[in-house]
Amino acid sequence: MTKTTAPKKSARPKPTKANLAKEAKTPANAKLTAEELIGFYREMVRIRRFEERSLRAYQQGKIAGFLHLYIGQESIAVGCVSLMEENDHVITAYRDHGHALAVGMSMDECMAELFGKATGCSKGKGGSMHYFDPSKNYWGGHGIVAGQTPLGAGLAYGLKYQEKKGCALCFLGDGAVNQGAFHESLNIASLWDLPVVYIIENNGYSMGTSQERSSVHPEAGIAVRADGYNMNWAKINGESLFDIREGVKKAMDLARDESKPSLLEIHTYRYQGHSIADANHKKYRSKEEIDDYRKNHDPIILYRDYLLESKLLDDDGIKEIDLAAKEEAEKSAAFAEQSEFPIEEDILKDVYWEEDNPDQKQSEGRIFFND
Amino acid sequence: MPEISYRQALKNAMIEELNRDENVVIIGEEVAEYNGAYKVTEGLLKQFGPKRIVDAPISEAGFIGMGIGASMLGIRPVMELMFWSFAYVAWDQIINNAASVRYMSGGKINVPIVIRGPANGGTGVGATHSHTPENFIANTPGLKVVCPSNPYDAKGLMKSAIRDNDPVYVMESTIMYNDVGEVPDEDYTVPLGKAKVTREGTDLSLIAHGPSVLVCLEAAEILKTEHDIDAEVVDLRSIRPLDEETIVNSVKKTSRAVLVEENKPFCGVDAQIAYLIQNQAFDYLDAPVQRISAIDAPAIYSPPLEKIQLPKANVVVKKVLEIC
Ligand SMILES: Cc1ncc(C[n+]2csc(CCOP(=O)(O)OP(=O)(O)O)c2C)c(N)n1
Ligand SMILES: [Mg+2]
Repeated sequence: MTKTTAPKKSARPKPTKANLAKEAKTPANAKLTAEELIGFYREMVRIRRFEERSLRAYQQGKIAGFLHLYIGQESIAVGCVSLMEENDHVITAYRDHGHALAVGMSMDECMAELFGKATGCSKGKGGSMHYFDPSKNYWGGHGIVAGQTPLGAGLAYGLKYQEKKGCALCFLGDGAVNQGAFHESLNIASLWDLPVVYIIENNGYSMGTSQERSSVHPEAGIAVRADGYNMNWAKINGESLFDIREGVKKAMDLARDESKPSLLEIHTYRYQGHSIADANHKKYRSKEEIDDYRKNHDPIILYRDYLLESKLLDDDGIKEIDLAAKEEAEKSAAFAEQSEFPIEEDILKDVYWEEDNPDQKQSEGRIFFND
Repeated sequence: MPEISYRQALKNAMIEELNRDENVVIIGEEVAEYNGAYKVTEGLLKQFGPKRIVDAPISEAGFIGMGIGASMLGIRPVMELMFWSFAYVAWDQIINNAASVRYMSGGKINVPIVIRGPANGGTGVGATHSHTPENFIANTPGLKVVCPSNPYDAKGLMKSAIRDNDPVYVMESTIMYNDVGEVPDEDYTVPLGKAKVTREGTDLSLIAHGPSVLVCLEAAEILKTEHDIDAEVVDLRSIRPLDEETIVNSVKKTSRAVLVEENKPFCGVDAQIAYLIQNQAFDYLDAPVQRISAIDAPAIYSPPLEKIQLPKANVVVKKVLEIC
């Protein structure tokens, strides 16, 4: 009746080894300036240091609920966001800190959100899974698996309707591809030619479930499902920032120029548990697997080595970037610590437009129902 | 009597029913190999094997709908929702199909499914993860819904739910999983639709379900020691069917009622209870019925504010002092 078998460790196909020197010459990357190239490194390191600091804060009891860390996947947020232009938009799931920092949200507001402070990017109302900043074209931070995927189509619909040349980047996990809402979105996006790029960050697991235990056709990957929707698709090696930029750029161009959607699958890995509460994460995958990714496939290390080899940075330059990121993260924790919590009255704010903007109130009657 | 946790009590109920009836299967995300996101199903895969304990992809509409379909053939699926908050992606199956098939078939088909999982706020997981949908479910004829507040009821209600021939939805609480209480080893059930007077009192009735029962017990203790007020605490246990008699009798005895729930106020469970009391015990009331619900906004993340948003003993005490 069921194909479920006895517990087994993942048999995840090995990632192909990146060759950054070669991949740097691809069209999307060949014209990058030294400043830009170094900037990408700085962004990835900032994300990692921010999250390491947030992990400590969580362990110190400063953060409640879940903390889903992005450590290991930084090349994806940085690579994709680096391609964004004025009318491009981002939306993602609950593993959202990396994308937020990549679009330029500050460490301060991001850390303060984790601490539940009024200075947080969502005023302390959303928490780790629910970051938002529309001024940076960043539409969240969504806690329900695949809940963001119709919204991604919606951002694309809005762009097309308003005749703006841009696209929506909608990120999701490898487990999210099995939600109905995602499939409905793919069909609609293709049927109506919406300029959306769906990006599956395939880290091999949805919580404790390996991809092969949750999805059919694991050998072909999951982006191939786009064939069923007559949609462009590609698989990308996430350990190479350049590969990501090259692959995603093509899909973004297709969206911007021809208003066609794409489904991309980027092979990546998360080093931490699903969330910090997932103490079990060495049971459903082997230590060797985690170590192999950390040592041999880390997108930041590989990119650092590329910068060193191509003499764009020397050891001192690397250290400087690292130190600055650590300091910035440390400062953000101090900022979060010193910030105030929201006050009780804030609970009932931001629920209804009219209540927050009484001068524009049009409806009558009672709207809140506590005594 | 052995003392075990709420979590263990739920698990024991499932083990006993898995042993008793070979049609019982457990399906959900991470229930088997991972031993359950909240470890309620820990060890079941080892004990019962992969035919009975099944890991599902993140496809709630698909696997819950599948469970409803299988239950029409007499399978008794016990479906775990990692959080009841994730029910909404499967709402059509949960509310529409499960509740209507019996009626629309003129009673020819029944749906003996159980859906269980935590439904509570208070753990810092924000608005998308803190829903308490027992009121929506109770609003739907064809469905039953229970909210055990202690280990004894958790086991007894879960067993009744699995044996019931209609859909029964069990609302648990991540905050109570570690709570310990006396639970008999032997086979017993707590009937659906039977409330419990958890603490006897004469001055007023505190009526609650789920985690709010614990809030009321705490408030009752404060009222006794600090204000010499003797509160009775009624634990609804089952929302639909609802034990009207126990509620009405309690209020007839005490003449005052404060209703406490984690639901939002509008169309919350206690709106129905308040109607019941004024309708059947109107002449006995010495004060208007009072309600305490969660503050009427999506669940806030910020930990100290989240505490304020949910019912607390000191708020209950304050409300009681207004009418006593
Ligand atoms: C509808 C729904 N079901 C279940 C969950 C609980 N849940 C949160 S994340 C997750 C795993 C998702 O894995 P994946 O899509 O691969 O993303 P990753 O966590 O690896 O980034 C699950 C089951 C949820 N948030 N929403
Ligand atoms: Mg994943």
